[in-house]
Amino acid sequence: MLKIDDLKVRYGGIEAVKGISFEVPEGSIVTLIGANGAGKSTTLRAIAGLVQPAGGRIHFQAEDITALSPDKIVSKGITLVPEGRHVFPDLTVLENLKIGAYLRKDRDVMEHDLNWVYELFPRLKERSWQAAGTLSGGEQQMLAVGRALMSRPKLIMMDEPSLGLAPIIVKGIFDIIKEINRKGVTVLLIEQNANMALKTADIGYVLETGKITLTGPGKELLNNEAVKKAYLGK
Amino acid sequence: MDYAISVLLSGVSVGGQYALIAIGYTMVYGILRLINFAHGDVFMAAGLMMIYLSASMPLYVALPAAIILTVVLGFAIERVAYKPLRSAPRMSVMISAIGVSYLLQNTATYVTGGQPMNYPTIPGLSSVVEIGGARVTWVTVITPFLVIVLVVALTQLINQTKVGMAMRAVAKDFETSQLMGIKINTVISIAFIIGSLLAAVGSMLYFTNYPYVTPTAGAMPGLKAFVAAVFGGIGSIPGAVIGAFIIGICENIIKALPFDGATNFVDAFTFVLLIVILVAKPTGLFGEKATDKV
Repeated sequence: MLKIDDLKVRYGGIEAVKGISFEVPEGSIVTLIGANGAGKSTTLRAIAGLVQPAGGRIHFQAEDITALSPDKIVSKGITLVPEGRHVFPDLTVLENLKIGAYLRKDRDVMEHDLNWVYELFPRLKERSWQAAGTLSGGEQQMLAVGRALMSRPKLIMMDEPSLGLAPIIVKGIFDIIKEINRKGVTVLLIEQNANMALKTADIGYVLETGKITLTGPGKELLNNEAVKKAYLGK
Repeated sequence: MDYAISVLLSGVSVGGQYALIAIGYTMVYGILRLINFAHGDVFMAAGLMMIYLSASMPLYVALPAAIILTVVLGFAIERVAYKPLRSAPRMSVMISAIGVSYLLQNTATYVTGGQPMNYPTIPGLSSVVEIGGARVTWVTVITPFLVIVLVVALTQLINQTKVGMAMRAVAKDFETSQLMGIKINTVISIAFIIGSLLAAVGSMLYFTNYPYVTPTAGAMPGLKAFVAAVFGGIGSIPGAVIGAFIIGICENIIKALPFDGATNFVDAFTFVLLIVILVAKPTGLFGEKATDKV
């Protein structure tokens, strides 16, 4: 579904992503794991169109989407849940969800999707008139995911959804990721919580200083000695 | 008593005119964090365009034409002078704004030969009416109402429509707004279009009362409107409007004080007021608190 070929991204003078290639098959959960500064976020930002790649191609459903503007990418069906959630604090919860559907014109289906998001996150329904800035961290993460779902994505990319959340909430977030995937949305996930990510993912990629060093099914990587040592603290 | 009423009325009126300019400052600041120094000169340009247009066509054509051309001017300034600097440091954009301000003033000097130009009389606006014994022009009476109608319409637009929601989102977070599919350049253009539109309306009211347009005619009202915007809490539309009314009223009260030369100190007073407010409340009356939740 998503195919990355030799992607290179430069930040200032530094090459943050040094020619990586990977694929996200339709219907799967794929995870990129790696330490801070390995180039995970940069990769997602390049796919979302927020940064221009210095080289390489990005194909989505056999269409070249390299260097399209972010709004074009959203309209193709790719959405990014940014690191640190970034809900709009002054907008209400409902407005945040509505703005997720900014490019959509199908009012009645939107209503249906809104109900689905409220089903996934009943908390958001209770707080729909509250300013998003007053929500707790976990609730803001739910809102960020719900907002992304409101664009009716084919591929949802998540940047560190578990960052700074209590373990019990992290588990909830991962359950939701699986639930979203069961509904047919393909998931590309980057995480520092490699344990959770690899348990959830069909395919894992290990990213080290801008290069992919290991690939395999999630469960296999979980048992890989090098991964265990570097990312799982075992 | 009549005198007090007429002082108050002209204060409210000039305050309303400042308010229409101040909204342009505050909206652009809210979204771009840019003090658009050229805004006062756009206001002046609106006045000049009205003069030249009304010389060659009937007023009912010239009036909307002047408004449309002002909007085009505001839009073009953003595209040419600010948009290319989107990722540049804020100071660079500010210098660009100062440059545009001088460009407009110099162009006005070139076109008019530096002579004060006579603003056309808009029928109805300049006729005199008696209120509570005070004799004032219609424009003085109409201005506050027109301002209220425009501000209510603008607030509705910002709070109730999809475009308004996008504006509020972009004002908070460029990048996340882009992730929602919002084209930030479109939203920024809309802010400039609305700001220029209101400045054009403001210039029609203002120059009906002070009927000479000089190349620097936008500088002082522009500065006062800027002060009003800061006073009200820059970024806040209701703040800018209330700030503008307060400044307009205070200004007229000072002019009416029975001291020798009180009129001379009106402009200085505006800034004393600004300093006092900012010492007491650095974010202005309705300024946003800087809150960042991680």
